[in-house]
Amino acid sequence: MELIKPGIHLDFVGKMKYAIIFSVILTTISIASVIIHGGFNLGIDFAGGSIIQVKFQKGMTADKIRIALKSTRLENSIIQQFGPNEFLIRTAESFHDQKLLDENVNKPLTTAFNKDYEIRRVEIVGSKVGMDFQRKAIFAVIFSWLAMLVYIAWRFEFRYGLGGIIALIHDVIIIIGTISILNMEFTISILAAIFFIIGYSINDTIVVLDRIRENVKLNPRQKLAETINMSINQTLSRTILTSFTVFLTVIALYIFGGPVLHDLAFSLLVGVVFGTYSSVFISCPIVLLFENLQLSKMKRKK
Amino acid sequence: MIKSLKIRIAITAVICLGALYFLLPTLIPQLPTPWNEYFPKDKIHLGLDLQGGMHLLMEIDTDKALEAMMERTSNDLKESLMESKVRFRNVEKAKGATISLQLNESAGKTALDKILQDQYPDLEIDSSSPSENGQIVQIKIKAKRAIELKKLTVEHSLETIRNRVDQFGIAEPEIIPEGDNRILIQLPGIKDPERAKNLIGKTALLEFKIVDDEHSLEDALRGNIPEGDIIAYGLRADKSTGEKGSMPYLLKNKSLLTGSSLETAKVQISNRFGEPTVSLKFNSQGATDFDRITGENVRKRLAIVLDGVVHSAPVIQERISGGQAQITGTFTMDEARDLAIVLRAGALPAPVNILEERTVGPSLGSDSIRQGIMATLIGSILVILFMIIYYRLSGTIADLALIINIVLVLGILAAFKATLTLPGIAGLLLTVGMAVDANVLIFERIREELRTGKTIRLSLDTGYKKAFITIIDTHVTGIVSAIFLIIFGTGPIKGFAVTLIIGLLASLFTAVFVTRVIFDYFTGTFNIKKLSI
Repeated sequence: MELIKPGIHLDFVGKMKYAIIFSVILTTISIASVIIHGGFNLGIDFAGGSIIQVKFQKGMTADKIRIALKSTRLENSIIQQFGPNEFLIRTAESFHDQKLLDENVNKPLTTAFNKDYEIRRVEIVGSKVGMDFQRKAIFAVIFSWLAMLVYIAWRFEFRYGLGGIIALIHDVIIIIGTISILNMEFTISILAAIFFIIGYSINDTIVVLDRIRENVKLNPRQKLAETINMSINQTLSRTILTSFTVFLTVIALYIFGGPVLHDLAFSLLVGVVFGTYSSVFISCPIVLLFENLQLSKMKRKK
Repeated sequence: MIKSLKIRIAITAVICLGALYFLLPTLIPQLPTPWNEYFPKDKIHLGLDLQGGMHLLMEIDTDKALEAMMERTSNDLKESLMESKVRFRNVEKAKGATISLQLNESAGKTALDKILQDQYPDLEIDSSSPSENGQIVQIKIKAKRAIELKKLTVEHSLETIRNRVDQFGIAEPEIIPEGDNRILIQLPGIKDPERAKNLIGKTALLEFKIVDDEHSLEDALRGNIPEGDIIAYGLRADKSTGEKGSMPYLLKNKSLLTGSSLETAKVQISNRFGEPTVSLKFNSQGATDFDRITGENVRKRLAIVLDGVVHSAPVIQERISGGQAQITGTFTMDEARDLAIVLRAGALPAPVNILEERTVGPSLGSDSIRQGIMATLIGSILVILFMIIYYRLSGTIADLALIINIVLVLGILAAFKATLTLPGIAGLLLTVGMAVDANVLIFERIREELRTGKTIRLSLDTGYKKAFITIIDTHVTGIVSAIFLIIFGTGPIKGFAVTLIIGLLASLFTAVFVTRVIFDYFTGTFNIKKLSI
């Protein structure tokens, strides 16, 4: 079977202008959303707080739970459906003291619903740990970008590396933006997805860059724009196939993986789509852009 | 590349069998008797998010330990100064871990210097300033020694917590130091998180102090606490109403004996009410001290203070020899048992704070396993079917490599006793999606080569060769990004990175090496005219 016929020659380079406009719009919306929301809706791993996951035996609604928790310290907590008859109760307070947990969760719930519930998960993170973790996460993402830049600059050329890393920054901003627009909580799972996408997106970019390098060697006289276009076309089949197989696994994860993996799978879905797009439409134009910049500099010198 | 096909087949077989060897206990939980001796016993270790349990991250307040040490030292220093007849006033532990004192004469400074040098090598004079009569001196602990002490405190705490957890009887606990002053504790399958938390986090400093009956308690409560005394409270439950209240005691601050002099502690049922009590047995030095203390304080009350709370304050009727004592109080059986455990294991040298706590119930864990396996199966089957449809026989070869890849990842997890978490299962599934990438790269190259009219042999050769460099690059970058997640991630999410890394490494072997072996075998054995790709 062949999805992409050999000898295909789509004009990617010619359409890159639109792609760049599209991406600039998307990243602007993403950043704007984060600013409008006043930062991120950080999960307890980053902000500190408590999550209590409760499963009820019969029909339950968030409102019923809210009424039951009235006049406890969880009165203003976020109550969120997590599965059939299963809910997450979230608060910014760290309930390290078991007595607090008993008084504010066990007692009111038992009073309201007898023993027809089960506390399935309790996660409590102190705000100090959360702050530490925020700092670490930001460093980690930036360092991983740099690591990719260094690796590609070493294996290829510096401008290739820049193309790759800008595509990565683009992908991460769009994932973060999507999370922000949907007002989802920024959890550690989403951070994990971001790291996976950094690895995945650079992977895609490398395959195209590798081809560009090979073709430059084969036809040194060809214009770079043409070489890039040819390389994208030659690797197009592989790009689509691999994104498709990864997409299949991520979809399976999203549908069947259960609520705990939902955040991870969702951000992976977004990331796989944009990671594939960016390696074709973002990293290559940047390589080209640098080439043109260099050419015009050389002309001026002449 | 190794030339001989036989050797390559052998390598593949050995590695696959090796992985199966480590996986066998996981696949077949109960091996029949003659066999189980030849195989490892450990199944793949499941993370707390899959098997249920409790994860605690605790911070040891090492500063408090230093302060407590300085508090004790200030008492000793007072005595040393008196012995050397240095005139002083107001020796007290000041802010942080320092001691401040006032010397009445100028000659005092040299004497103090000498005392510090001879008897307190860990201390040094931080600053001194003249005052109305004499001078005020601040003494601090030497910086190097402070670091050592903090390190010792952490080690001691770790040891104590290990002891407590061991005695509590939890299967396969993990207690690991993290960073400078943190301890990570993983308790699988714990049923009562509250009890475990109390047991681990309790300082359990047992002290024996004399009740000061010479001064008036009422007076002290109004604020006139006599020099060298403290007020401590005891819990009291009214037997008839069951109401709990607190009762103040005026105690002499000096601890006559602490829990460190204990040899053992155990639960006993008191005959009178059938209530559990904790009976203490002192070690030989402790017994001698207890004998002397009770002898010196007959008719006085001896308060048994645990973590600042008075448990009981019985009157010493007579000198007690033999080194036995009892803590009574209103315990439940579990409370008494836990108290005995913490006393046996010893006190924590510093208070601990819980920074992070995650408890997963077993039912959620088994749900997660079911869903994780379901997603992995469906995702893998989709990818496998797709590869067969798209690349036909060659796709089937890639699928075989994919299955070997999964077996290898699980085998490596089992062999290295790494932990499989729910995000880890997600990582395994993503590896499946990524691992075929190497084959897609190779196959697309082979197709290109075939199109140029090359022979099957040559196309295979060039296809593998050209794709190989790209595959190395993509794998290295994938692994690097996952390493960042391992370094900075916490808890179950690390498992995601772990399986990704193992999966990528395994796919280098399976997608490149193993598929090549299969191709070479078929093209060498059969006279293939057209490659099914």
